[in-house]
Amino acid sequence: MASSIRVRATTNGDITEVQALIQHPMDSGFVKDAKGELIPPHFIQELKFACNGKEVFVADWGPAVSKDPYIKFSFKGAKKGDDLTISWTDNKGGSDQTTAKIA
Amino acid sequence: MTTHIGPHPTRRLILQGAVTVALIGLGNLPYAPARAAANDKYPEEAFKQKSEADAIKALYGKTAEPSDKVKLDAPEIAENGAVVPISVTTTLDKVTSISFFVAENPNALAASYKIPDGTMPVVANRLKMAKTTNVVAIVEADGKLFSAAKEVKVTVGGCGG
Repeated sequence: MASSIRVRATTNGDITEVQALIQHPMDSGFVKDAKGELIPPHFIQELKFACNGKEVFVADWGPAVSKDPYIKFSFKGAKKGDDLTISWTDNKGGSDQTTAKIA
Repeated sequence: MTTHIGPHPTRRLILQGAVTVALIGLGNLPYAPARAAANDKYPEEAFKQKSEADAIKALYGKTAEPSDKVKLDAPEIAENGAVVPISVTTTLDKVTSISFFVAENPNALAASYKIPDGTMPVVANRLKMAKTTNVVAIVEADGKLFSAAKEVKVTVGGCGG
């Protein structure tokens, strides 16, 4: 299966800007399906970004984050070609991870 | 005289004990929230709180003061409450975390971000909103909390129904 994480990290020499898009239902537990039954909560709880092994950004999410979440942030201290590792875990124990090169 | 001397050491001990406890208590206060924000554990309790005030308390253990150095960017009107783009920037120094709250969602805390050294205090994300209400951003900087709020009108709610 293709990775659930799409990421773009670009640096202008000093600051690296990271944009990530993750495919996830982010079910809140308040929505009903076509049969009128509640869809149980299923959402990403933790999302981590690490650059060269050092954590640069950690997100703790609740179910109020939109479906297929998008996140943007920037950090200092990385250069072109460095590895950026993104990993997430959800409330059902699911997880995914990917590594991107900073462009 | 002995009856007078008797109780004194005890009382002094108790007083000393109380002072020590008070000192430890005071010493812990400024550091406890910083530790809470710094450790990697998922703040389960804070996400369960219904009201914004309770969620802030559960997450940080203190209250925030409004600051014009925190800039919250959100739309005036969100046509679709399921996807509301919200971002925050701040000119404050030593930012360690940024959190987003939606006041009248079933659970107020939406997202909390840890900002390690070297990461800019700028975050953009997309949140769900149940109805028209205040969106609150909290920035933790140098151990203190600063907030900014904005009302977003929601035409169609994003939490089912």
